[in-house]
Amino acid sequence: MSAQLTILRAGPGLTVQDMGRPGYLDMGLSRGGAVDRLALAEGAALLGQPDSLAAVEMAGMGGEFQADQDLRIALTGARMRAQIDGATAVWNASHLLPAGARLSIGPAVAGSYGYLSIGGGVKGDPLLGACSAHLTAGIGALLKAGDRLAIGPDAGGATGMTFDPEDRFSGGEIRIVASFQTDLFAGDVLERLQATAFRRDARANRMGVRLESGGPGFHVSGGRSVLSETIVPGDIQVTGDGTPFVLLAECQTTGGYPRIGTVLPRDLPKVAQAPAGADLRFRFVSLDEAVSAERAAAQARAALPRALRPLIRDPRNMSDLLSYQLISGAIAREEDVL
Amino acid sequence: MQDFPVIRTAGVDGLLISFAAALSEPANRAALAFRAALEAEGWAGVQETSSSLVSAFVRFDPLCLTHAALHRQVQALLDLRDWYAADLPGGRRFWRVPTVFGTDLAPQLAQAAQAAGLSEAEAVRSLSEARVRVQTIGFAPGQPYLGQLPPAWDIPRQKELTPRVPEGALVVALRQLVLFSVTTPTGWQHVGQTAIRLFQPDASEPFLLRPGDEVQFTPTDPESLAQMRSDPRGGARCEALT
Repeated sequence: MSAQLTILRAGPGLTVQDMGRPGYLDMGLSRGGAVDRLALAEGAALLGQPDSLAAVEMAGMGGEFQADQDLRIALTGARMRAQIDGATAVWNASHLLPAGARLSIGPAVAGSYGYLSIGGGVKGDPLLGACSAHLTAGIGALLKAGDRLAIGPDAGGATGMTFDPEDRFSGGEIRIVASFQTDLFAGDVLERLQATAFRRDARANRMGVRLESGGPGFHVSGGRSVLSETIVPGDIQVTGDGTPFVLLAECQTTGGYPRIGTVLPRDLPKVAQAPAGADLRFRFVSLDEAVSAERAAAQARAALPRALRPLIRDPRNMSDLLSYQLISGAIAREEDVL
Repeated sequence: MQDFPVIRTAGVDGLLISFAAALSEPANRAALAFRAALEAEGWAGVQETSSSLVSAFVRFDPLCLTHAALHRQVQALLDLRDWYAADLPGGRRFWRVPTVFGTDLAPQLAQAAQAAGLSEAEAVRSLSEARVRVQTIGFAPGQPYLGQLPPAWDIPRQKELTPRVPEGALVVALRQLVLFSVTTPTGWQHVGQTAIRLFQPDASEPFLLRPGDEVQFTPTDPESLAQMRSDPRGGARCEALT
């Protein structure tokens, strides 16, 4: 009998996500998957398992969860307030979630998308090769209170590990490359794009992030009649009123609005995670520089398991402090380290 | 003006091979045939291919296969033949799709007809008599771009998006029709409504239409359409094209 994780309370944007379903682009289905793939990789590294396993993505707000067996969990992505039976569970760390304990995850305090990874992964019925919900395509659904997630067999391993995540939760500079439609825009419009401080519109979703600047639009002459053409995640699409949209994991596969540039895949989580109101600035880089940045990101991702370190418990958060032998400073049992 | 076909980058990990700046039948055929050829090559480092109206697209891993190397491979494949003279894909079919034009189910018929310089009756006749071809599947799963309509329908997209058109909506712009497979915002004008379900993820054939298929939208009334909603194909009939 496989373990089950019951959702007692669900925030408005909870879905099962994995690395998505490649291979259906020609049939109009975008890859989808987690909007912050790095957060999934971080969760997998914390649990010592492949990053292909599905996890719970939480947009803006978490929920309350309870397992029927002891589970290992990892919390990554946008930092949220988390507690296990009332005791603080540190973010960007792995923990033991004992059977029957309540895991409570509140609103995001930095960033937009938090992730709950589970030892063994969420085990769904794959549809077209993946378990992830693709809401715009009508695949899967938002998770709701009362749902029970089947959990795969956990190979086991340490909990109480942590690491320092790459900071991608407060906006900042976003590197972009020229796209095949960038030259439809005049030079001064491209200059203005790079000189503008944009703010992420609060209505962003898994399809894309609308950017507000308060200034004039980023128009292209004849832009409304550009032939519909292939779209890739990261494309900055400019709609008829001149507003840029950065397209994310669940974007459409083709579109007729011109693309002014494309965000580097390694900087895309920064756009997705920017909290509402955070400043985002774009800078064009060469293709060579972009490929080098992707290579560095891939190397950092591969090195994640080596970046882990044991979590040092904060005595203020230890409800069972008196049960420890404090004189010698030694922690009683290794499995107690959260 | 650049010469076609042209090879350009699409983001950091994509290459787009375009056969024209504007839609034409030979360019569309070239895109479909070249994408099939790319797929058959199965190059190491290539992760996915697709075709749009006039282009083929390659998604690849630039850390394994450099832009320069892929560019050379693509150019060599382009040089092999005249892709504009390629045949349409095999196994094509002809679909007749019952459609309600106008009414409150498709409220933009009047404004689209006006933009095309036609009366509403002329617009319905023109749209329902046209036998259009699936030029590509894109935007949303299973969703066809269909063309090419008579020149009068070369109307632009709307400046403001319509926040929501339902699944099965038939919309028009740029001498093309799109038949929506999902509920979505759009800049195209909503002139007809069908009951067809183009994408059913849990069906044995999740995607109903294929590039190269031909489609005609036959007029029906709202009551008949309501009854057709029990059929996943929405009353559409299909026959093989030889």
